[in-house]
Amino acid sequence: MSQVTMTVNGKTASGDVEGRTLLSQFLRENLNLTGTHVGCDTSQCGACVVHVNGEAVKSCTMLAAEADGADVATIEGQANADGSLNTIQQAFQDHHGLQCGFCTPGMVMSAAALLKDNPKPSEAEIRDYLEGNICRCTGYHNIVKAIMAASGQDVSAIAAE
Amino acid sequence: MPKDSGIGASPKRREDVRFLTGNGNYTDDINVHGQAYVHFLRADVAHATINGLDTSAAEAMPGVVKIFTGDDFAEVGGIPCGWGVTDRHGEPQQEPKHPIIAHGKIRHVGEIVAAVVADSLEQARDAAEAIELDLSDLPAVVNMKSAAEDGATKVHDDLTSNVCYDWVFGNGEDDAMEAAFASAAHVTTLELVNNRLVANPMEPRVAIGEHNKSNDEYTLYTTSQNPHVIRLLMCAFVLGLPEHKVRVVAPDVGGGFGSKIFHYAEEAFCTHAAKACGRAVKWSSTRSEAFISDAHGRDHLTTIDLALDADNNFTALRTRTHANMGAYLSTFSTSVPTYLHGTLMAGNYKTPLIQVNVKSLFTNTVPVDAYRGAGRPEATYSIERVIDKAARELGVDPIALRRQNFVTEFPYETPVALTYDTGDYHGTMDKLEAAADISGFAARRAESEAKGKLRGLGVNCYIEACGIAPSNVVGMLGARAGLYDAATVRVNATGSISVFVGAHSHGQGHETAFPQVVAEMIGIDESMIDIVHGDTGRVPFGMGTYGSRSIAVCGSAMVRATEKIIAKAKKIAAHLLEASDADIELKDGVFTVAGTEKSIDWGSVTLTAYVPANYPLDELEPGLEETAFYDPANFTYPAGAYACEVEIDPETGKVTVERFAAADDFGNIINPMIVDGQVHGGIGQGIGQALLENCVYDEDGQLLSASYMDYAMPRADDVPFYAVDHSSQTPCTHNPLGVKGCGEAGAIGSPPAVVNAVIDALQSGGHDITHIDMPVSPSRVWAAMNG
Amino acid sequence: MYNFEFEQPSTVAEAVAALADEDAQALGGGQTLIPTLKQRLASPSKLVSLAGIAEMKGVSIADGVLTIGGGATHAEVAADACAPLAALAANIGDPAVRNRGTIGGSLANNDPAACYPSAMLALNATIVTNAREIAADDYFQGMFETALDEGEIITGVRINVPDGANYQKFEQPASRFALVGVFVAKTAEGVRVGVTGASEEGAFRWTEAEAALNGSFSADAVPAAPSADGMISDLHGTAAYRAHLVAVLTKRAVAAIG
Ligand SMILES: Cc1cc2nc3c(=O)[nH]c(=O)nc-3n(C[C@H](O)[C@H](O)[C@H](O)COP(=O)(O)OP(=O)(O)OC[C@H]3O[C@@H](n4cnc5c(N)ncnc54)[C@H](O)[C@@H]3O)c2cc1C
Ligand code: FES
Ligand code: FES
Repeated sequence: MSQVTMTVNGKTASGDVEGRTLLSQFLRENLNLTGTHVGCDTSQCGACVVHVNGEAVKSCTMLAAEADGADVATIEGQANADGSLNTIQQAFQDHHGLQCGFCTPGMVMSAAALLKDNPKPSEAEIRDYLEGNICRCTGYHNIVKAIMAASGQDVSAIAAE
Repeated sequence: MPKDSGIGASPKRREDVRFLTGNGNYTDDINVHGQAYVHFLRADVAHATINGLDTSAAEAMPGVVKIFTGDDFAEVGGIPCGWGVTDRHGEPQQEPKHPIIAHGKIRHVGEIVAAVVADSLEQARDAAEAIELDLSDLPAVVNMKSAAEDGATKVHDDLTSNVCYDWVFGNGEDDAMEAAFASAAHVTTLELVNNRLVANPMEPRVAIGEHNKSNDEYTLYTTSQNPHVIRLLMCAFVLGLPEHKVRVVAPDVGGGFGSKIFHYAEEAFCTHAAKACGRAVKWSSTRSEAFISDAHGRDHLTTIDLALDADNNFTALRTRTHANMGAYLSTFSTSVPTYLHGTLMAGNYKTPLIQVNVKSLFTNTVPVDAYRGAGRPEATYSIERVIDKAARELGVDPIALRRQNFVTEFPYETPVALTYDTGDYHGTMDKLEAAADISGFAARRAESEAKGKLRGLGVNCYIEACGIAPSNVVGMLGARAGLYDAATVRVNATGSISVFVGAHSHGQGHETAFPQVVAEMIGIDESMIDIVHGDTGRVPFGMGTYGSRSIAVCGSAMVRATEKIIAKAKKIAAHLLEASDADIELKDGVFTVAGTEKSIDWGSVTLTAYVPANYPLDELEPGLEETAFYDPANFTYPAGAYACEVEIDPETGKVTVERFAAADDFGNIINPMIVDGQVHGGIGQGIGQALLENCVYDEDGQLLSASYMDYAMPRADDVPFYAVDHSSQTPCTHNPLGVKGCGEAGAIGSPPAVVNAVIDALQSGGHDITHIDMPVSPSRVWAAMNG
Repeated sequence: MYNFEFEQPSTVAEAVAALADEDAQALGGGQTLIPTLKQRLASPSKLVSLAGIAEMKGVSIADGVLTIGGGATHAEVAADACAPLAALAANIGDPAVRNRGTIGGSLANNDPAACYPSAMLALNATIVTNAREIAADDYFQGMFETALDEGEIITGVRINVPDGANYQKFEQPASRFALVGVFVAKTAEGVRVGVTGASEEGAFRWTEAEAALNGSFSADAVPAAPSADGMISDLHGTAAYRAHLVAVLTKRAVAAIG
């Protein structure tokens, strides 16, 4: 066991971890931040995406020890200070970009990373960027639409609601 | 102006806020004080005799609480099958015991061989590695056709063969079929595979068993679509526990698609082990485990023949299907290829003679059961592919051929035992032609060809039977459960309402849509109404969510219960307003004496129900809570028409879906936004089945597609935006809301559209290709083009 | 996962020392190793993270030579390498994988479907380790096999920026690794064609195509598909299909270079 300390959603968090403890485990089990989900064991589904030092990473494929000293952002820290949904979250709700909600935290975190680098992504760029985020419920239609809307693009012409 | 509340409005989903902020409460997010963890040692061979199993070294490992083997469960029941199919000779299906832990024999890769409970999961895994297994390998039965042969290795020694049943259905007697085919002007035959799939909800299964020593009560937290059904099956058939001592909770569930309907060994194990170990026991499936332990879907081999007369009218249809059951019968497995598939073989067409034959087979593979659509996608695929092939052989327009054979008069009794109550297939096809811009296809094809690509258009129809019912009829057909649902409407003193529903929401948005109905009926704000579901400790009873039944069946129960509430509330209002209850009208949450100004609001009436100072106590009980059980008179029949446009890169064989349009008739619609979302998701899965997904075993029964490295899940860049239209609406004639159900349509209707489009594209390029099995992978297309 | 110790040295020398322990293993971005550990397919006693080593970072181009640190992530290569290699890196896995996975880890792992090996062969790259420099032609020795010794660390890669190059990847539909990937480069030593995903021997150079393209650099000059013998056959594609794709993708890469 060794101690790790990191900033999680702006607050300092420390805990004892084994070498093998994954960042996703540390967040879920030590910090009780269960919004970060685990949907696979081959690093493909993206339900676990968080930001480490501002970059999207799969928290199931990073050791907690590797995040020692890092600045970590999870879905729990995404809402506005007053608790209201942020722009991306609100767009997901407005455009029905989620159904069961299991992929959603990873989708929102990936969308946030995308929009940081590319404030007005095209449909194709969004679809390409989401290669590592699998959703089984939505057929992606409303996820892509929500991300376009969150980036300020007019989505009214996109087929159906 | 679209409505902003009530039936037909699309309020934002209230459940979204918790999911978007990381505050969902999924089963794996639950931890019970003092819980231990179980790791299941799973078979890595498909078929073997267990000669010995030595756990002594493992038991001595650090942290081990207890190790269970098949011997520990030899006395409890097996996992039951919920449907008994009677075969063509009147014999019952062959039904082997489905043990919690393999006993004596291993029958599929992934079967539980031992269970190690330890303080931590890693300790349990360590100890599992120390278990010594002495096995004698047996030949694996994988291929369905060889499984059916005389003398084939048997999956179950105590059965007469690997055939679970050989079932025949439909009005087409053998000689009538012979005659129809002999006299046909044209016969089209097609052999096809409905590829085996893995449901893959993004949340893997989890089970936590808890036992309270003080009152001998159990709680099972589980990722289930139907907690009451799990409780019933587990208590009555497996563990022999009194139901009132067992609470089953299915909190937020991350998708199901059928795979979370069934009662699984891990649920019974954790419940049993919690008492045996004296502490809670938690199991969280990994995705790798899910691939070898969640029930798989589809897996049919079918030969279908369609007879047409000289005017291209369908005269007879015959199908022979081999359906894979896997090694054991999962909960609804036997009904899927029979009563959910054979009964749908009329499709949207008035084919007068139909004969369906299904042979279901045991193989050394994971059990196969319902996956989104369950039987109906298999039926739709067969029918719509053979019609498409017939149109191409005859050189007629595929849409025209379909239209010519549509059922147009309702009610329509099919040759396969269903009665379609209503529909408008031409109207729906008209909507599709507009939504898909079929008239613009030729120009789009020319554009693709200019880029060196082939472009194809595929169209198909589907009909679905949802909300399987009524219970007495399905009971005669072999169902061992009722197919009603229940709802309790509890009105609180201040007028707010909790509706306890037997349906379970795992993505369908019930928490938003169900209140829309009650709000509309009473005329109060939706925010005053909450849905409670997924907990046998809170919800009186229910059959859960599958088969697109929630709003049609449970929603109807909720309407009935709300009607009872309104009737009672009117009596109270009548008393307070000193009028006759027959004269009381309820509108916008206010009770008025007809033709007068005298009125009283909802809250005053509900308060009176609980503070009955001025109350007709001799006629009415205080309180305001009502329950209704609703058993539908018939199935509902959503139907639609789908169109897909693909482009094919002739050099690589890669197929891309360029456009997809769906026109559905779901009857009345409660929340259009949610309905569209359900269709989108189904189409995504259908495109997945058509182009990407394939669950493949090798001849030794090893699963080759055992992770996302080899099982191709559809991603965002595999699909386009979908154009969906559900303005064609013929309300269901026999339920109070006129609703039909929309959960599976997308997955049922889309695969044939994709494959039809591929064939159209290839033929447009001069390739004489009439069929490619799903998934239509680049490699298969290339092979067909160069074959 | 079996448990292991975790160490994060800050120099190559310290890392080499740490890796001298029995069963110690280097950890790059973990995008291959961590999933492997989850399946309990490896049991290192210690993981030595290379992420804290400044001298293994960075991507730079000077005097026509591209130098990539062994610890550079795919995202860093995508941002800073010469265009054809940047484009390759930008299409490895997904953004989150690219933010962690490193070129050193990819080359050490030498997955038969990985992207970089085809580029290293075609670009005649030099693989630089703590101990020596290895020419790409000598480095790749079959599926998951390389010239690396136990405990040897890839500290960087050196490449002469090509006159023209292009990578064509045909994705395996599930993993999105290369079902077949072809990297064509016009180098000072002539045209080189590196192929990944196709062969049971791992990444290889398609020398027939190189000879033909040295004669005439045009898509039409690309020879017919190589023999399917020794090509990978699996549920995603037959050997013949892979062989066919090698030729198709080579043509496309040549056409793209122009
Ligand atoms: C979802 C997903 C998709 C992917 N798609 C692709 C793809 O399309 N194309 C592709 O090419 N790859 C793909 N990959 C693999 C990815 O590129 C990995 O990053 C890479 O294979 C390994 O790099 P790493 O830094 O993560 O190494 P690690 O996983 O940390 O290590 C891999 C191996 O290399 C050793 N090692 C690591 N660094 C060094 C070093 N500097 N010197 C010596 N040995 C070292 C380790 O000991 C280990 O044996 C994908 C991975 C994932 C999870
Ligand atoms: S859980 Fe991390 S990628 Fe699936
Ligand atoms: S919303 Fe269920 S997996 Fe995406």
